[in-house]
Amino acid sequence: MQHIPLMTHEQYQRQQLRRNSPYTELWDLLDQVKDPEIPVLSLWDLGVLRDVSREGETVQVTITPTYSGCPAMDVMREDIEILLRSHGIEKIAISTVLAPAWTTDWMTDKGRAQLRDYGIAPPDDALDQQGRETPAANVRCPHCGSTHTQRISEFASTACKALFQCNDCSEPFDYFKNI
Amino acid sequence: MSTKDVINSDIKQDIISYTVRLGDDALVLGHRVSEWVSKGPFLEEDIALGNVALDYIGRSRMLYSYAAELAGNDTTEDDYAYLRDERQFQNFLINELPRGDFAYTITRQLFVDVFNHYYLTALLASKDQTLAAIAAKGIKETQYHLRRSREWTLRLGDGTAESHERMQRAIDELWGYTHEIFEHDALEQRLIDAGIAVDAASFKAQWLADIKAILAAATLAVPDAEWAVRGGREGYHTEYLSHLLMEMQFVYRTYPNAKW
Repeated sequence: MQHIPLMTHEQYQRQQLRRNSPYTELWDLLDQVKDPEIPVLSLWDLGVLRDVSREGETVQVTITPTYSGCPAMDVMREDIEILLRSHGIEKIAISTVLAPAWTTDWMTDKGRAQLRDYGIAPPDDALDQQGRETPAANVRCPHCGSTHTQRISEFASTACKALFQCNDCSEPFDYFKNI
Repeated sequence: MSTKDVINSDIKQDIISYTVRLGDDALVLGHRVSEWVSKGPFLEEDIALGNVALDYIGRSRMLYSYAAELAGNDTTEDDYAYLRDERQFQNFLINELPRGDFAYTITRQLFVDVFNHYYLTALLASKDQTLAAIAAKGIKETQYHLRRSREWTLRLGDGTAESHERMQRAIDELWGYTHEIFEHDALEQRLIDAGIAVDAASFKAQWLADIKAILAAATLAVPDAEWAVRGGREGYHTEYLSHLLMEMQFVYRTYPNAKW
Protein backbone atom coordinates (compact mmCIF):
# COMPACT_ATOMS: atom_id res chain seq x y z
CA MET A 1 0.00 0.00 0.00
CA GLN A 2 1.28 3.41 -0.84
CA HIS A 3 2.19 5.46 2.19
CA ILE A 4 1.31 9.11 1.96
CA PRO A 5 3.19 11.10 4.56
CA LEU A 6 0.97 13.54 6.38
CA MET A 7 2.03 16.81 7.89
CA THR A 8 0.47 17.86 11.17
CA HIS A 9 -1.74 20.92 11.11
CA GLU A 10 0.74 22.70 13.42
CA GLN A 11 3.62 22.02 11.04
CA TYR A 12 1.60 23.20 8.07
CA GLN A 13 0.74 26.48 9.78
CA ARG A 14 4.38 27.10 10.63
CA GLN A 15 5.48 26.47 7.09
CA GLN A 16 2.81 28.78 5.71
CA LEU A 17 3.90 31.54 8.10
CA ARG A 18 7.47 31.27 6.85
CA ARG A 19 6.52 30.96 3.18
CA ASN A 20 4.26 34.00 3.30
CA SER A 21 6.76 36.12 5.20
CA PRO A 22 8.40 39.00 3.29
CA TYR A 23 11.58 38.53 5.36
CA THR A 24 12.88 35.42 3.62
CA GLU A 25 16.53 36.36 4.01
CA LEU A 26 16.14 36.81 7.78
CA TRP A 27 14.52 33.40 8.16
CA ASP A 28 17.28 31.84 6.07
CA LEU A 29 19.95 33.66 8.05
CA LEU A 30 18.54 32.40 11.33
CA ASP A 31 18.80 28.82 10.08
CA GLN A 32 22.45 29.16 11.10
CA VAL A 33 21.48 29.26 14.79
CA LYS A 34 21.52 25.75 16.17
CA ASP A 35 20.36 24.20 19.42
CA PRO A 36 23.47 24.45 21.63
CA GLU A 37 22.86 20.96 23.00
CA ILE A 38 21.96 19.32 19.69
CA PRO A 39 24.11 21.29 17.24
CA VAL A 40 22.65 19.67 14.10
CA LEU A 41 19.20 21.07 14.76
CA SER A 42 18.36 24.66 13.81
CA LEU A 43 15.95 26.67 15.93
CA TRP A 44 13.53 26.51 13.03
CA ASP A 45 13.76 22.72 12.71
CA LEU A 46 13.33 22.36 16.47
CA GLY A 47 10.19 24.49 16.44
CA VAL A 48 11.60 27.12 18.80
CA LEU A 49 11.69 29.90 16.19
CA ARG A 50 8.19 31.31 15.96
CA ASP A 51 8.40 34.49 13.94
CA VAL A 52 10.78 36.97 12.36
CA SER A 53 9.97 40.48 11.25
CA ARG A 54 11.44 43.90 10.78
CA GLU A 55 10.02 47.13 12.10
CA GLY A 56 12.00 50.13 10.95
CA GLU A 57 15.61 49.24 11.74
CA THR A 58 14.73 46.75 14.44
CA VAL A 59 14.72 43.05 13.71
CA GLN A 60 12.21 41.25 15.86
CA VAL A 61 12.65 37.57 16.61
CA THR A 62 10.04 35.58 18.51
CA ILE A 63 10.98 32.30 20.12
CA THR A 64 9.24 29.85 22.44
CA PRO A 65 10.81 27.78 25.21
CA THR A 66 10.90 24.00 24.89
CA TYR A 67 10.80 22.81 28.50
CA SER A 68 10.16 25.38 31.24
CA GLY A 69 13.62 25.03 32.71
CA CYS A 70 15.63 24.38 29.57
CA PRO A 71 19.00 26.07 30.19
CA ALA A 72 19.70 26.17 26.46
CA MET A 73 17.14 28.94 25.94
CA ASP A 74 19.44 31.65 27.27
CA VAL A 75 22.25 30.48 24.97
CA MET A 76 19.87 30.47 22.00
CA ARG A 77 18.98 34.10 22.65
CA GLU A 78 22.66 35.01 22.81
CA ASP A 79 23.42 33.08 19.62
CA ILE A 80 20.63 34.86 17.76
CA GLU A 81 22.02 38.22 18.86
CA ILE A 82 25.60 37.32 17.94
CA LEU A 83 24.56 36.13 14.49
CA LEU A 84 22.43 39.16 13.69
CA ARG A 85 25.11 41.56 14.91
CA SER A 86 27.73 39.85 12.80
CA HIS A 87 25.50 40.64 9.81
CA GLY A 88 25.37 44.32 10.65
CA ILE A 89 22.02 44.34 12.41
CA GLU A 90 22.31 46.58 15.45
CA LYS A 91 18.76 46.83 16.72
CA ILE A 92 17.48 43.48 17.84
CA ALA A 93 14.40 42.63 19.87
CA ILE A 94 14.02 39.02 20.97
CA SER A 95 10.75 38.16 22.62
CA THR A 96 9.54 34.94 24.15
CA VAL A 97 5.99 33.72 23.74
CA LEU A 98 4.56 30.93 25.86
CA ALA A 99 1.28 30.20 24.11
CA PRO A 100 0.57 27.98 22.36
CA ALA A 101 2.97 25.77 24.28
CA TRP A 102 5.82 24.25 22.28
CA THR A 103 5.21 20.74 21.03
CA THR A 104 7.42 18.25 19.21
CA ASP A 105 4.75 18.33 16.47
CA TRP A 106 6.46 21.53 15.31
CA MET A 107 9.71 19.78 14.58
CA THR A 108 10.30 19.64 10.84
CA ASP A 109 10.81 16.43 8.86
CA LYS A 110 14.32 17.61 8.06
CA GLY A 111 14.97 18.10 11.77
CA ARG A 112 13.71 14.60 12.55
CA ALA A 113 16.01 13.09 9.94
CA GLN A 114 18.95 15.13 11.25
CA LEU A 115 18.29 13.97 14.78
CA ARG A 116 18.32 10.34 13.67
CA ASP A 117 21.60 10.85 11.79
CA TYR A 118 23.07 12.47 14.89
CA GLY A 119 22.22 9.41 16.98
CA ILE A 120 19.04 10.60 18.68
CA ALA A 121 15.80 8.80 17.90
CA PRO A 122 13.11 11.36 16.96
CA PRO A 123 9.59 11.02 18.44
CA ASP A 124 8.40 9.24 15.25
CA ASP A 125 10.67 6.28 15.94
CA ALA A 126 8.65 5.11 18.94
CA LEU A 127 6.74 2.22 17.41
CA ASP A 128 4.10 1.42 19.98
CA GLN A 129 3.57 4.85 21.41
CA GLN A 130 0.34 5.23 23.32
CA GLY A 131 -0.73 8.84 23.45
CA ARG A 132 2.33 10.96 24.19
CA GLU A 133 3.86 8.63 26.72
CA THR A 134 7.38 7.37 26.26
CA PRO A 135 7.08 3.63 25.58
CA ALA A 136 8.98 1.09 27.68
CA ALA A 137 10.51 -0.54 24.59
CA ASN A 138 10.74 -0.74 20.78
CA VAL A 139 12.00 2.71 19.88
CA ARG A 140 14.02 2.26 16.68
CA CYS A 141 17.76 2.34 17.38
CA PRO A 142 19.36 5.23 15.45
CA HIS A 143 22.62 3.27 15.17
CA CYS A 144 21.55 -0.11 13.76
CA GLY A 145 17.84 0.32 13.02
CA SER A 146 16.74 -2.49 15.32
CA THR A 147 13.49 -2.06 17.18
CA HIS A 148 14.54 -4.58 19.78
CA THR A 149 15.28 -1.89 22.35
CA GLN A 150 14.34 -1.01 25.90
CA ARG A 151 13.91 2.12 27.95
CA ILE A 152 16.55 2.66 30.62
CA SER A 153 15.19 5.90 32.01
CA GLU A 154 12.41 8.27 31.09
CA PHE A 155 14.70 11.16 31.97
CA ALA A 156 18.06 11.60 30.28
CA SER A 157 20.88 14.13 29.96
CA THR A 158 18.48 16.91 28.98
CA ALA A 159 14.80 17.48 29.75
CA CYS A 160 13.73 16.72 26.19
CA LYS A 161 15.22 13.21 26.01
CA ALA A 162 14.75 9.73 27.46
CA LEU A 163 17.48 7.08 27.63
CA PHE A 164 17.19 3.79 25.73
CA GLN A 165 19.44 0.86 25.02
CA CYS A 166 19.55 -1.36 21.95
CA ASN A 167 19.42 -5.08 22.73
CA ASP A 168 20.96 -5.96 19.36
CA CYS A 169 23.93 -3.61 18.98
CA SER A 170 24.08 -2.87 22.76
CA GLU A 171 24.50 0.86 22.20
CA PRO A 172 22.69 3.25 24.54
CA PHE A 173 20.88 6.06 22.73
CA ASP A 174 18.69 9.07 23.44
CA TYR A 175 15.07 9.30 22.36
CA PHE A 176 13.56 12.76 21.83
CA LYS A 177 10.38 12.63 23.91
CA ASN A 178 7.02 13.42 22.42
CA ILE A 179 5.48 16.34 24.22
CA MET B 1 -5.58 42.56 23.36
CA SER B 2 -2.77 41.74 25.74
CA THR B 3 -3.32 40.52 29.25
CA LYS B 4 -2.10 43.80 30.65
CA ASP B 5 -4.86 45.75 28.92
CA VAL B 6 -7.66 43.82 30.58
CA ILE B 7 -6.23 43.99 34.07
CA ASN B 8 -7.65 46.90 35.95
CA SER B 9 -5.45 48.39 38.59
CA ASP B 10 -7.56 47.18 41.54
CA ILE B 11 -6.89 43.60 40.74
CA LYS B 12 -3.35 43.99 39.46
CA GLN B 13 -1.74 43.84 42.89
CA ASP B 14 -3.73 40.70 43.68
CA ILE B 15 -2.51 39.06 40.48
CA ILE B 16 1.08 39.96 41.30
CA SER B 17 0.76 38.47 44.80
CA TYR B 18 -0.93 35.33 43.48
CA THR B 19 1.65 34.84 40.74
CA VAL B 20 4.50 35.25 43.21
CA ARG B 21 2.88 32.64 45.50
CA LEU B 22 2.76 30.14 42.66
CA GLY B 23 6.36 31.05 41.86
CA ASP B 24 7.31 30.43 45.50
CA ASP B 25 5.68 26.98 45.41
CA ALA B 26 7.64 26.07 42.30
CA LEU B 27 10.99 27.54 43.36
CA VAL B 28 11.07 26.12 46.88
CA LEU B 29 10.13 22.62 45.76
CA GLY B 30 12.47 22.84 42.78
CA HIS B 31 15.32 23.76 45.10
CA ARG B 32 14.48 20.90 47.46
CA VAL B 33 14.41 18.36 44.64
CA SER B 34 17.66 19.76 43.24
CA GLU B 35 19.32 18.82 46.53
CA TRP B 36 19.25 15.24 45.29
CA VAL B 37 21.61 16.01 42.42
CA SER B 38 24.75 13.91 42.93
CA LYS B 39 23.03 12.14 45.85
CA GLY B 40 20.40 10.12 43.95
CA PRO B 41 20.11 6.39 44.68
CA PHE B 42 21.56 5.63 41.24
CA LEU B 43 22.62 7.61 38.20
CA GLU B 44 19.37 7.50 36.21
CA GLU B 45 17.34 8.58 39.21
CA ASP B 46 19.83 11.32 39.99
CA ILE B 47 19.28 12.66 36.47
CA ALA B 48 15.50 12.25 36.67
CA LEU B 49 15.36 14.28 39.89
CA GLY B 50 17.59 16.92 38.30
CA ASN B 51 15.19 17.14 35.36
CA VAL B 52 12.14 17.48 37.59
CA ALA B 53 13.87 20.16 39.66
CA LEU B 54 14.70 22.07 36.49
CA ASP B 55 11.08 22.00 35.32
CA TYR B 56 9.98 23.50 38.63
CA ILE B 57 12.70 26.14 38.69
CA GLY B 58 11.87 27.03 35.08
CA ARG B 59 8.24 27.44 36.01
CA SER B 60 9.13 29.71 38.92
CA ARG B 61 11.17 31.87 36.56
CA MET B 62 8.21 32.31 34.22
CA LEU B 63 5.93 33.21 37.11
CA TYR B 64 8.38 35.62 38.76
CA SER B 65 9.16 37.25 35.41
CA TYR B 66 5.47 37.80 34.79
CA ALA B 67 4.96 39.27 38.28
CA ALA B 68 8.00 41.51 37.75
CA GLU B 69 6.61 42.69 34.41
CA LEU B 70 3.29 43.60 36.05
CA ALA B 71 5.01 45.26 39.00
CA GLY B 72 7.19 47.47 36.80
CA ASN B 73 9.77 49.75 38.45
CA ASP B 74 12.61 47.61 37.08
CA THR B 75 11.58 44.71 39.29
CA THR B 76 13.20 41.46 38.14
CA GLU B 77 12.63 37.77 38.73
CA ASP B 78 15.78 37.74 40.86
CA ASP B 79 14.28 40.25 43.29
CA TYR B 80 11.56 37.74 44.12
CA ALA B 81 13.86 34.74 44.31
CA TYR B 82 16.81 36.21 46.17
CA LEU B 83 15.87 39.38 47.97
CA ARG B 84 12.85 38.36 49.99
CA ASP B 85 12.94 36.96 53.49
CA GLU B 86 11.25 33.96 54.98
CA ARG B 87 8.12 35.86 56.07
CA GLN B 88 7.64 37.16 52.53
CA PHE B 89 7.68 33.74 50.94
CA GLN B 90 4.16 32.34 50.67
CA ASN B 91 4.70 28.79 49.44
CA PHE B 92 2.78 25.85 50.84
CA LEU B 93 4.59 24.22 53.74
CA ILE B 94 4.75 20.78 52.14
CA ASN B 95 7.12 22.17 49.50
CA GLU B 96 9.73 23.39 51.97
CA LEU B 97 10.04 20.30 54.16
CA PRO B 98 13.49 18.69 53.97
CA ARG B 99 14.03 16.15 51.24
CA GLY B 100 14.12 13.29 53.74
CA ASP B 101 14.90 9.82 52.44
CA PHE B 102 14.00 8.76 48.91
CA ALA B 103 10.60 7.43 50.02
CA TYR B 104 9.80 10.79 51.61
CA THR B 105 10.74 12.68 48.45
CA ILE B 106 8.70 10.33 46.25
CA THR B 107 5.65 10.54 48.53
CA ARG B 108 5.74 14.33 48.50
CA GLN B 109 6.10 14.32 44.71
CA LEU B 110 3.10 12.01 44.38
CA PHE B 111 0.93 14.29 46.50
CA VAL B 112 2.12 17.44 44.72
CA ASP B 113 2.11 15.95 41.20
CA VAL B 114 -1.52 14.77 41.47
CA PHE B 115 -2.37 18.20 42.91
CA ASN B 116 -0.59 20.00 40.06
CA HIS B 117 -2.31 17.80 37.50
CA TYR B 118 -5.68 19.18 38.61
CA TYR B 119 -4.46 22.65 39.53
CA LEU B 120 -2.79 23.41 36.21
CA THR B 121 -5.69 21.93 34.26
CA ALA B 122 -7.99 24.37 36.07
CA LEU B 123 -5.52 27.24 35.58
CA LEU B 124 -5.74 26.69 31.81
CA ALA B 125 -9.17 28.34 32.00
CA SER B 126 -7.82 31.43 33.79
CA LYS B 127 -8.87 34.73 32.28
CA ASP B 128 -5.27 35.81 32.74
CA GLN B 129 -3.70 34.68 29.49
CA THR B 130 -0.15 34.54 30.78
CA LEU B 131 -1.05 32.34 33.74
CA ALA B 132 -3.01 30.09 31.38
CA ALA B 133 0.00 29.88 29.06
CA ILE B 134 2.34 28.99 31.91
CA ALA B 135 -0.14 26.30 32.99
CA ALA B 136 -0.22 24.89 29.46
CA LYS B 137 3.54 24.43 29.55
CA GLY B 138 3.59 23.09 33.09
CA ILE B 139 0.90 20.51 32.56
CA LYS B 140 2.86 18.68 29.90
CA GLU B 141 5.81 18.33 32.25
CA THR B 142 3.56 17.37 35.16
CA GLN B 143 2.35 14.30 33.24
CA TYR B 144 5.94 13.05 33.18
CA HIS B 145 6.47 13.84 36.85
CA LEU B 146 3.26 12.12 37.85
CA ARG B 147 3.94 8.96 35.88
CA ARG B 148 7.30 8.69 37.55
CA SER B 149 6.12 9.32 41.12
CA ARG B 150 3.22 6.91 40.64
CA GLU B 151 5.51 4.16 39.35
CA TRP B 152 7.95 4.67 42.21
CA THR B 153 5.12 4.62 44.76
CA LEU B 154 3.93 1.28 43.42
CA ARG B 155 7.43 -0.16 43.34
CA LEU B 156 8.43 0.99 46.81
CA GLY B 157 5.08 0.46 48.53
CA ASP B 158 4.71 -3.04 47.15
CA GLY B 159 8.44 -3.69 47.44
CA THR B 160 10.50 -4.93 50.35
CA ALA B 161 9.41 -4.76 53.97
CA GLU B 162 11.77 -1.84 54.48
CA SER B 163 10.69 0.17 51.42
CA HIS B 164 7.04 -0.40 52.37
CA GLU B 165 7.65 0.76 55.92
CA ARG B 166 9.54 3.87 54.78
CA MET B 167 6.79 4.82 52.34
CA GLN B 168 4.11 4.40 54.98
CA ARG B 169 6.12 6.49 57.42
CA ALA B 170 6.48 9.25 54.82
CA ILE B 171 2.75 9.23 54.10
CA ASP B 172 1.95 9.47 57.81
CA GLU B 173 4.41 12.32 58.30
CA LEU B 174 3.27 14.31 55.27
CA TRP B 175 -0.47 13.82 55.49
CA GLY B 176 -1.15 16.77 57.77
CA TYR B 177 0.52 19.10 55.26
CA THR B 178 -1.86 18.18 52.43
CA HIS B 179 -4.89 20.04 53.78
CA GLU B 180 -3.41 23.50 53.37
CA ILE B 181 -2.99 23.12 49.62
CA PHE B 182 -6.76 23.04 49.09
CA GLU B 183 -7.51 26.18 51.08
CA HIS B 184 -7.50 29.79 50.01
CA ASP B 185 -7.64 33.21 51.62
CA ALA B 186 -9.51 36.42 50.80
CA LEU B 187 -6.98 37.45 48.14
CA GLU B 188 -7.37 34.21 46.23
CA GLN B 189 -11.15 34.31 46.70
CA ARG B 190 -11.24 37.67 44.92
CA LEU B 191 -9.24 36.20 42.05
CA ILE B 192 -11.37 33.05 41.95
CA ASP B 193 -14.45 35.28 41.65
CA ALA B 194 -12.74 37.16 38.82
CA GLY B 195 -12.06 33.91 36.95
CA ILE B 196 -8.30 34.23 37.35
CA ALA B 197 -7.24 31.97 40.23
CA VAL B 198 -7.98 28.30 40.82
CA ASP B 199 -10.28 27.08 43.58
CA ALA B 200 -8.40 23.95 44.64
CA ALA B 201 -11.20 22.91 47.00
CA SER B 202 -13.23 22.05 43.90
CA PHE B 203 -11.00 19.07 43.10
CA LYS B 204 -10.02 17.90 46.57
CA ALA B 205 -12.36 14.88 46.37
CA GLN B 206 -10.82 13.83 43.04
CA TRP B 207 -7.32 14.27 44.41
CA LEU B 208 -8.18 12.13 47.43
CA ALA B 209 -9.75 9.43 45.27
CA ASP B 210 -6.67 9.31 43.02
CA ILE B 211 -4.27 9.16 45.96
CA LYS B 212 -6.32 6.45 47.68
CA ALA B 213 -6.36 4.36 44.51
CA ILE B 214 -2.61 4.67 43.95
CA LEU B 215 -1.78 3.97 47.60
CA ALA B 216 -4.15 0.98 47.68
CA ALA B 217 -2.46 -0.47 44.60
CA ALA B 218 0.87 0.04 46.35
CA THR B 219 -0.45 -1.76 49.49
CA LEU B 220 -0.15 1.49 51.43
CA ALA B 221 -2.76 3.04 53.70
CA VAL B 222 -4.19 6.54 53.85
CA PRO B 223 -3.81 7.71 57.46
CA ASP B 224 -6.92 8.40 59.47
CA ALA B 225 -5.07 10.73 61.82
CA GLU B 226 -6.66 14.16 61.98
CA TRP B 227 -4.08 16.90 62.09
CA ALA B 228 -3.31 19.79 59.81
CA VAL B 229 -0.52 22.35 59.69
CA ARG B 230 -1.15 25.67 57.96
CA GLY B 231 0.49 29.01 57.49
CA GLY B 232 2.50 28.99 54.26
CA ARG B 233 0.26 31.42 52.39
CA GLU B 234 0.47 33.83 55.35
CA GLY B 235 4.25 33.63 55.50
CA TYR B 236 4.40 31.44 58.62
CA HIS B 237 6.85 28.67 57.87
CA THR B 238 8.51 25.63 59.33
CA GLU B 239 12.04 26.02 60.65
CA TYR B 240 13.35 24.53 57.41
CA LEU B 241 12.58 27.38 55.01
CA SER B 242 15.08 29.80 56.53
CA HIS B 243 17.86 27.24 56.10
CA LEU B 244 16.86 26.69 52.51
CA LEU B 245 16.78 30.42 51.75
CA MET B 246 20.10 30.99 53.45
CA GLU B 247 21.74 28.50 51.14
CA MET B 248 19.86 29.56 48.02
CA GLN B 249 20.28 33.31 48.49
CA PHE B 250 23.76 33.42 49.97
CA VAL B 251 25.79 34.10 46.82
CA TYR B 252 23.41 36.68 45.40
CA ARG B 253 23.22 38.62 48.66
CA THR B 254 26.92 38.44 49.38
CA TYR B 255 27.97 39.67 45.94
CA PRO B 256 25.20 42.03 44.80
CA ASN B 257 25.15 42.65 41.04
CA ALA B 258 27.85 40.04 40.45
CA LYS B 259 27.90 38.63 36.92
CA TRP B 260 29.13 35.21 35.84
